Amino acid sequence: MLQNLWKWLIIPLIMLGIGAAVVIYTVNNPTDSIVARMLTYERVFRVIREHMALLLVSMIGATIVGVLGGIMLSRPKLYYIGRVAENIVNIGQTVPSLAVLALFYTVLGLGFRVAVFALFIYSILPILRNTFAGIDGVERSIVEAARGMGMNPFRVLTKIELPIAFPIIVAGIRTAIVINVGAATLATFIGGGGLGDLIVTGLSVHRDMIIFTGAVIAAITAIFLDYMIGKVEERVVRWT
Amino acid sequence: MDQFISCMGNFFSRAVNGIVLSAQSEDPGIIMRTIDYLSRRSDLILDLMLEHLWLVVFTLVIAIAVSVVVGVIISYYESFAQTVLGICQVLMVIPSMAMLAFMVPIFGIGFTTGVVALVLYSLLPIVRNTYTGIRELDPAIVEAAKGMGMTERRVLLKIKLPLARPVIMAGIRTAAVMMIGIAAIAAYVGAGGLGELIFSGISRGHQPMIIAGAIGVSIIAVAFDYLLYWGEKRFSVEGRTREVTE
Repeated sequence: MLQNLWKWLIIPLIMLGIGAAVVIYTVNNPTDSIVARMLTYERVFRVIREHMALLLVSMIGATIVGVLGGIMLSRPKLYYIGRVAENIVNIGQTVPSLAVLALFYTVLGLGFRVAVFALFIYSILPILRNTFAGIDGVERSIVEAARGMGMNPFRVLTKIELPIAFPIIVAGIRTAIVINVGAATLATFIGGGGLGDLIVTGLSVHRDMIIFTGAVIAAITAIFLDYMIGKVEERVVRWT
Repeated sequence: MDQFISCMGNFFSRAVNGIVLSAQSEDPGIIMRTIDYLSRRSDLILDLMLEHLWLVVFTLVIAIAVSVVVGVIISYYESFAQTVLGICQVLMVIPSMAMLAFMVPIFGIGFTTGVVALVLYSLLPIVRNTYTGIRELDPAIVEAAKGMGMTERRVLLKIKLPLARPVIMAGIRTAAVMMIGIAAIAAYVGAGGLGELIFSGISRGHQPMIIAGAIGVSIIAVAFDYLLYWGEKRFSVEGRTREVTE
């Protein structure tokens, strides 16, 4: 067990180590005064904290709303609305993330909250779709059997439908996280802060070191989250 | 949590109000101003749209050539297929802004940066689908082809690739739709296209410009999706297609 845990942790630890090393190196060895002013521990940590806040708030909200919405749409009474919603969601997912953020900016203005809201709406889509598809894909005969055993609809949902649909729902959450991590770096354009701040600042003052720091941390965050959720997914799939 | 919900609710009502009020009030609302902008600058928008399409199509051709070759190669060398797919997966997970930022110090600002970043992004869907499409062919078909005396090259060109085509097409479609979105971001590093409208609109606070850019990009993406879906159905062997997600 302990050996297994070690195997699990080694890659995330290496990634965190690389991230920390890059931050320490670039902060301590600025190439000139502009870089020194832009890259302080305080500033880098503030940006990372903003990035994490963007991701966490929007993902938690989207997971709750997406899963609940998917369950609601899969109920027999709302099933036809669900079918329509599925098509709308499919089209919505083709819309690029930058376009979504920009459109929210035109309606709601600048700010951290607007960015969170835009990311929240955008990440609901895959979760909602997968929850709906997962529950919809449960074989009718299984549900019939459960009902025949005298389960009420709520118990059918929690004991039969959700456990069977679980891997698909987790896959949806994984897709949402990957999309969300990518879109969170764009939040800087609508005043949402995050690691995009470092990249955009670096591009505009033309200092490769600032760009590099921002890009490395953003990339490591994304790979780290994808790796972790991938491992969780593996476990979940093995269970069922 | 309470605060979160009230904040989100607030945004919803503000968004609805913004759209409804602007349609009712005296001063030209955002919708009218956008229509006005579209009619005045249609030449610019058309130019940028063509630039966007050119970037995507140009990159797509390179990406298909590279990825299909890579996919075919790893279908013969099973041992490093997983490594190559893993690398492609990591490339795709890297945020697009970070990927473009990595490219800027190497390739400078401009079209090349955009093309390289987009090609790297589109590797995964096409490589994975080519690989899976070839691997999952019925071995009996390949055996039969070999039994007929076909050389390996002919088996590949006459049997494997044509039969894997629906799956490869599905990968190309995923890649193309993704590329259109990332090409908009690539405008920030000077690759051109409709993203320019979005970025300059944001920095000038010119809303019709942003809307024109954002909706233009979305329309291109949805249109490409449908076009390639239609193409998939039209040109697939038995009229069946299938998406490979894992």
